[in-house]
Amino acid sequence: MTRGRLWKRSLVVALLSLLPVIASGCAVIGGSPQSVNRPAGDSMRKIWDLFVPIFWLSVLVFVLVTAILLFALWRFRRRPGEDRRPEQLHGNTRLEIAWTMVPAIILAIIAVPTLSLMFELDRDPGPDALTVRVIGHQWWWEFQYPEYNVVTANELHVVVDRPVRLEMDSEDVIHSFWIPRLAGKRDVIPGWNNVLSFTPEEVGTFPGQCAEFCGIQHANMKFQVIVQTQEEFDAWIRQQQQPAAEVPADPLAARGRELFLTPANACIGCHAVAGTDAKGQVGPNLTHVGSRGIIAGGVLENTPENLAQWLRNPQAVKPGNKMVLPRQLTDEEIEALVAYLMSLQ
Amino acid sequence: MVESALKLERARYERSALVEWLTTVDHKKIGILYFWSSLAFLLIGGLLALLIRTQLIVPDNTFLGPQTYNEVFTMHGTIMIFLVVMPLNAAFFNFFVPLMIGARDVAFPRLNAFSYWAFLFGSLLLLSSFLFGAAPDGGWFGYANLTSSRLYSPGLNIDFWVMGLQVLGVATLASALNFFVTIVNMRAPGMSLMRMPVFVWMTLVTAVLILLAFPSLTVGLVMIMFDRYFGTNFFNPAAGGDPVIWQHLFWIFGHPEVYILILPPMGMISEILPTFSRKPLFGYTFVVFAGIVIAFLSFGVWAHHMFAVGLGPVPNAVFATTTMLIAIPTGVKIFNWLGTLWGGAIEMKTALLFAASFIAMFTIGGISGVMHASVPVDYWQTDSYFVVAHFHYVLFGGSLLAIMAAIYYWFPKMFGRMLDERLGKLHFWLTLIGFNLTFFPMHFLGVDGMPRRVFTYSADMGWDLWNLVASIGAYLLGASTLLLFVNMLTTLRKPADAPADPWDGRTLEWAIPSPPPAHNFDVVPVVRGRDAFWIEKYGAEEVVGPAPERHGAESGHNPHNPHNAGSGDEAGHGSSAGHGQSAHIHLPPPSWFPLTTAAGLTLMGAGMVVHATESLASLGFPIVGLGIAMVVVSLLGWTFEPIHEESHA
Repeated sequence: MTRGRLWKRSLVVALLSLLPVIASGCAVIGGSPQSVNRPAGDSMRKIWDLFVPIFWLSVLVFVLVTAILLFALWRFRRRPGEDRRPEQLHGNTRLEIAWTMVPAIILAIIAVPTLSLMFELDRDPGPDALTVRVIGHQWWWEFQYPEYNVVTANELHVVVDRPVRLEMDSEDVIHSFWIPRLAGKRDVIPGWNNVLSFTPEEVGTFPGQCAEFCGIQHANMKFQVIVQTQEEFDAWIRQQQQPAAEVPADPLAARGRELFLTPANACIGCHAVAGTDAKGQVGPNLTHVGSRGIIAGGVLENTPENLAQWLRNPQAVKPGNKMVLPRQLTDEEIEALVAYLMSLQ
Repeated sequence: MVESALKLERARYERSALVEWLTTVDHKKIGILYFWSSLAFLLIGGLLALLIRTQLIVPDNTFLGPQTYNEVFTMHGTIMIFLVVMPLNAAFFNFFVPLMIGARDVAFPRLNAFSYWAFLFGSLLLLSSFLFGAAPDGGWFGYANLTSSRLYSPGLNIDFWVMGLQVLGVATLASALNFFVTIVNMRAPGMSLMRMPVFVWMTLVTAVLILLAFPSLTVGLVMIMFDRYFGTNFFNPAAGGDPVIWQHLFWIFGHPEVYILILPPMGMISEILPTFSRKPLFGYTFVVFAGIVIAFLSFGVWAHHMFAVGLGPVPNAVFATTTMLIAIPTGVKIFNWLGTLWGGAIEMKTALLFAASFIAMFTIGGISGVMHASVPVDYWQTDSYFVVAHFHYVLFGGSLLAIMAAIYYWFPKMFGRMLDERLGKLHFWLTLIGFNLTFFPMHFLGVDGMPRRVFTYSADMGWDLWNLVASIGAYLLGASTLLLFVNMLTTLRKPADAPADPWDGRTLEWAIPSPPPAHNFDVVPVVRGRDAFWIEKYGAEEVVGPAPERHGAESGHNPHNPHNAGSGDEAGHGSSAGHGQSAHIHLPPPSWFPLTTAAGLTLMGAGMVVHATESLASLGFPIVGLGIAMVVVSLLGWTFEPIHEESHA
């Protein structure tokens, strides 16, 4: 086999081996609950609509460059034993001007919609918007609804087709707030009061997570955005506004309440339950923890089994997290605490 | 006669091989030291990459755990940038810039040795963190206030990172200064700026970039150090500081750094494509000025790393525009490389294959970079795997593929042996396939909303397939890199029989034997045009631009033949070797002081790390003091070292 044929054959093999990757890529992407190509909010929809034409322009540029490259390599290759010296061509000013202008024009085409959309995304959503304060903590999210006097963790409830205005601050280091299907990222910086606005356009649950490296459990700083109809949202708000302070009727849960409020057990040093002595501000507010779908910064679904697993050894579930128990809880204590926390609906 | 005189001259410095390497000030030996050190670090950085890909190969994997994973990805990035690509570029600067400009050494040979030793010791300080179980874990970008406050990063991890990078920064600055002066002052007669090989041009531009960009990193690192050690609050929001200041300081360094990593490889490509096409570089002037324009613009784009910070739409608009502008000179380069190949007589050697694949792969990285410049799109892509794909297409598909091409191209000159072409081509194809298999799927993961720097992901995210493919690609890439080492090590056991000019080269390094003698050129060459050696070989009809103005240029020069030389203008060379009187070539004497100065500097950094320990804190400042004393004594010795009356230093 001559060298030229070897070269051609290996090139074909290489290209063919890449094709399935690319082809299947186009078929298999988009299936994640965080896939941006299925936007469910105005912000991400506009971003995706901006991306698609840029993508095709890019494909065009790449195909052009690669086609010229491969053709030149094939057409002007030196065959074995061939010893020629081509004309010593130093350049061509017209060509240079042409290929300076072409990228400039392509970039101008990209720049115009880029800049206009950027200013559009930054526009204030108006007085109708739902305002939520977002506080980043290592490694969980706090959501405050000032107009309803509701505080929750890791679950952001918003209303479909109603603009939402997130005012964001961090309790410790820099985080970044990202719900891929609804909007782009906005960093959550201590001492800054960043704002992110968008309008959810689809009812459903959309996962998001921290996008700026923020320490050991950055990967597990997740949350969910629950987009509801106005009626569902109002019902949720009413439920969250209920005090959860009464002693539960279930004796097991009552025992759990007692354990929770005993200062020596340290729970109330970090956690708050409205209407009780638990006023800690370090960890998530647990007033309605039983109503939430996820716990521990989105690592676990909120089931009695998972809650028990968490209370048994939070450091095993999420190594490095800030929840440190003063002592190992007994199985009986865990059972009681789970009953109490689950009763906080 | 010439040879024996040279031997006599060198006999004064005959020492054991080890001492020879430790005290050398020869730019070629220092280049080789850089070469092997950074290749060793490439193996470490590559191994860390394989650990990352092994952790992510399946969802919910527990192979590494969060702390180890964070250390591994931090060190992978830090090593690949500061300990692999930059010093590999430096290896080629060292070995080839003096040869390509017809000089006998760099402007400051001992400073050059110091740069190498400070680089090596700084690297070892950084890597020693693994031995103490405290490898840096804040990312290569080390965002404050996570890194600046002991509240959020209590261990020694970040201290190793800060001190290691400070030592490396000194090494880099010294080296940049050296090459800047060398290129400005030490060119052979007739080598006007616009006759310099493009690799030399890109070295010069890179030196300027380093000189202007690294101080910003240094300042930032000093501020982190003060916040951590001395209770300042530069980045502490609770006391009125602002962590975003670090991001500005870091990216004012960090974006030019990208061009520090890619411009020298672009220079390599601009040497290799013409050689194997047997044509001059198409549009030399445009390629050179495109490089300069890229470098200039690179200082005005840093905030495109910070679009999601919330600086506001007006700053974002400015930085988006300047970022898009950079694509224009970059496109000009790509088209000129294509123009170089067009109409050539292309020889399909391994070096050419790597260089050609650079064009295609770098184009992918370049156009995904344009996507990021579109601010709204970047709100999605930043800190997602899309960005990981992008910069690996630039730094692997760009820098490293070009460096691979340069290794195959220049290995014969450095070691006098030709690398095996069959093994080389196998290495090339495995690399190209493994690279694309690893990094192309990361675009898909970016579309699927996978963020960067996560040690794990759950099975219900639907990210398993492309992570699996990427991991398989990474193993393939690892195996292909081993082939390069097999090739180099087996080649080094063969006899050194490479010809002086194996590729029909165009630049001056091919005019002298492989490997070159200690003094490089028997006679300083006189340069009559671009592609100086090609003109000497094939005649003057190729001469571009005016003939050299300096005297001694009228006769036909053959750099091979010392008796055929005019008395070239030796200003700036420190030696006067005209008329074949090689006995007068004085090589700078070896010196221990560069090594001891670098060791003292590193000791200062190590002392600061010790100071941050719990048990040995009281030893910290005494060690720093010892380091300072060592630096001072070494510098005194350096200053008063008896040097040859005509030494370069």
